[in-house]
Amino acid sequence: MTVKVMIPTPLRPYAGKRASAEFQAATVGEALGHLTKEFAELRKHLFTEEGKLRSFVNVYVNDEDIRYLAKENTPTKDGDTISIVPSIAGGVS
Amino acid sequence: MAVEPTLWISGQLAEKIRAHGAETYPHECCGALLGRDAGEVAGSDPTKYPVAPEREILALYPLVNRRDDSPRNRFSVTSEDVMAAEKAARESGMDVVGWYHSHPDHPARPSQFDRDHAWPWYSYIIVSVQNGAPQEMTSWRLNDDRQEFSPEGIEIRHRAAV
Repeated sequence: MTVKVMIPTPLRPYAGKRASAEFQAATVGEALGHLTKEFAELRKHLFTEEGKLRSFVNVYVNDEDIRYLAKENTPTKDGDTISIVPSIAGGVS
Repeated sequence: MAVEPTLWISGQLAEKIRAHGAETYPHECCGALLGRDAGEVAGSDPTKYPVAPEREILALYPLVNRRDDSPRNRFSVTSEDVMAAEKAARESGMDVVGWYHSHPDHPARPSQFDRDHAWPWYSYIIVSVQNGAPQEMTSWRLNDDRQEFSPEGIEIRHRAAV
């Protein structure tokens, strides 16, 4: 099944300047796997060295946050849109 | 030769960022930087720029610091806030090109925490607020390897924002 992955503006320089990419994937994890295989430079910005999604990387399937679904095991169906949405944090010390 | 990237901003908007930092002191303020980027950026590593890409801030989108547990030394912008800022930018024909926040009683230098949570490409403006008074304002971009920030020049443009 074909899913569309929306790439946020700050990561587009690492994805051939593309705003989206389409992959055959049955889960969110599989789609992100294809994405970071095609655009290897994206990987360090999305995943920690231990291979976990970074805490400030939010992933939605259509309008649902995968944290409230089955996380990276969330199943996808044909025509789904997966969005990578930043959250922003910082501060002194 | 690599050239340091430059961020253009009007004196009026720069003053608004400083005022926001003073207003929320001793807590950190935060907000989105809306504007336009020349777009010919190969990455966030300034050593790779053939020429400095031009980026201009044309509006601010002030946000509420969501870190009510430790707002004096942390700020947080949720993904919902990010989406709202992006929508506001799109509606005005702009992009979210970065973020600003204050460092109450600390220098305008990115912390380890800032770096650990930063995204590449975005401009990160930091304003130092000492005893309630805004001081130095700096801007930074995360390098491609995520290991450190590089300084970004701030050029105050003395004309009305478009």
